Amino acid sequence: MIVPLEHVILLSLALFSIGVFGVLFRRNAITIFMSIELMLNAVNLALVGFSRYYDSVDGQVFVFLVMTLAAAEVAVGLAIIIALYRNRQTVNIDEINLLKN
Amino acid sequence: MTNLQSLDLFWPELIITVVILTALIVDLCIEKSKSDVVGWVLVIGLLITAIAIWNQDKTTTTLFTDMIVLDPFATFFKLLIILSTLLVAVVSWQNNELDEYRKGEYFTLLGILVLGLFLMASSIDLIMVYISIEVVSIMSFILAGYLKLDTRSNEAGLKYVVYGAFSSGIMLFGLSILFGLTGSTNYFIIQKSLAGLDGSASAALVMALLMILAGFGYKISAVPFHFWTPDVYEGAPTTITAYLSVAPKAAGFAIIIRFFHQVFADGGALADAESLSMTDVPWPEIIGILAVATMTLGNLVAIQQESIKRMLAYSSVAHAGYMMLALPVLSIQTVYAIMVYLVMYLFMNLGAFFVVITVKNKTGGETFDDYRGLGWEMPFIGVVMTLFMLSLTGLPPTAGFIGKFYIFSALISGGSQYYWLAIVGGINSVISLYYYFHVVKVMFLEGERKETLVQPPEVMSGVLLATAIPVFLFGIYWNPVVNWVQNSLIFYVQTM
Repeated sequence: MIVPLEHVILLSLALFSIGVFGVLFRRNAITIFMSIELMLNAVNLALVGFSRYYDSVDGQVFVFLVMTLAAAEVAVGLAIIIALYRNRQTVNIDEINLLKN
Repeated sequence: MTNLQSLDLFWPELIITVVILTALIVDLCIEKSKSDVVGWVLVIGLLITAIAIWNQDKTTTTLFTDMIVLDPFATFFKLLIILSTLLVAVVSWQNNELDEYRKGEYFTLLGILVLGLFLMASSIDLIMVYISIEVVSIMSFILAGYLKLDTRSNEAGLKYVVYGAFSSGIMLFGLSILFGLTGSTNYFIIQKSLAGLDGSASAALVMALLMILAGFGYKISAVPFHFWTPDVYEGAPTTITAYLSVAPKAAGFAIIIRFFHQVFADGGALADAESLSMTDVPWPEIIGILAVATMTLGNLVAIQQESIKRMLAYSSVAHAGYMMLALPVLSIQTVYAIMVYLVMYLFMNLGAFFVVITVKNKTGGETFDDYRGLGWEMPFIGVVMTLFMLSLTGLPPTAGFIGKFYIFSALISGGSQYYWLAIVGGINSVISLYYYFHVVKVMFLEGERKETLVQPPEVMSGVLLATAIPVFLFGIYWNPVVNWVQNSLIFYVQTM
């Protein structure tokens, strides 16, 4: 059975929205990163769906690169969180507010 | 052009790759106290790259099977990026903030950043757009949080990483919809397929464009995607702040111009773009309103700042706004104006941040209080800072005036529907006069006059002169810049 493109796109949109809401409403830096990963995975799903719809591999190549870069981004992000945690003992972004107007 | 043939025209990037690897190896072999040597590797490598770019074939072609282009437009941005990196690398030796840390990685990361910016200026494929933006972003995250013992720098890094990853995720979703609409990642094929779309796709196209605009807007710190700018600029090491406010912004404009100019406007003005008129959304007006919001917010908030570094951060938001003013028109003449502005902006903004570094090295602070009476104590710093402030305001006879003049005249020649943009831009320049001159006032009219004169270190004086002289010279004799920009206004265009 072939899943229709609409279903793939709807699932991807739903995942993406969950990710966006997570970033906007969660206060824990680690959870925010997980939400960002969700957004990127939603994109990957959409890309694979479109790629199959057009019968081209461009989208799938794109997915591999997105996964690599997402991993790099999270690695850097976690390193920065650890550096911050050593100095401040918190990962709650509401308490990270030294820089303000 | 196939992959192997492309390598012949890819020398500058290959040289930078070698420089990055050399910098890594050199860093492994030396002690922490000598890590400045890595900076020499970077500076010499960049000079060789600049020579390689200068001597490159002046051909216009695509490389690596239509992934990136080689055209005078990209070359212009590459030289601009090298120039700003060189200035920042030299100042990084003098920046006391970095003294406690090993500087090897710092210079290596700057090198990788340059490679990413090069690709940003020349990509014509959605995949390359994403990769290059991410390379630049990830390196900037690390550099912004480089002072790992300083909580403010940690915080800048974290905020940058969260905002950066979030907005690149949104942009990526936009890119995937664009891919879904057209079935290709190549700019030219996308342009052709968009022309063949019917009205039913317009909602998806609007969504894709808004999301892509969010990603690009974040790179040039346009309102409403600017929230990261002041915090990151304040917390990051000042050399990196200076760099982020110039080089990635220039590359961001390069990518925006190429995207809208080639995918939608087909080399003509944005207002006449057929594939955009299908969507029933007034794109030129939307971008115009964003530009006005960007510069007004930047200027109004800059007035209230205590810290000069943070004030300059808001001022750089405002300057992005001035450059964005020209985007709604997006004819060849406005692209020309943006490029002239970028050259002028490079010198004046880097110069202003270098003054902040010199003063921080001496007094340890960056608020207005630390600048009291500075003009009498360090006359040289006082004079060059006044020049940079004049130029950032846009008063003659400085480079900033010429930049603004070109932007406004391009707007006026764009037609009467753009007059209001020029008028708002003029009003904004007047507002900015207030806070730029506050700096001059504090330096010369407040505080006690000290009898002893203090000289900044020779290297800093040299770099400040290297930025101050062009700011003054290009205000009087700007022909070289204009000619250079004129010769660089050639895009690669593929006809199908």
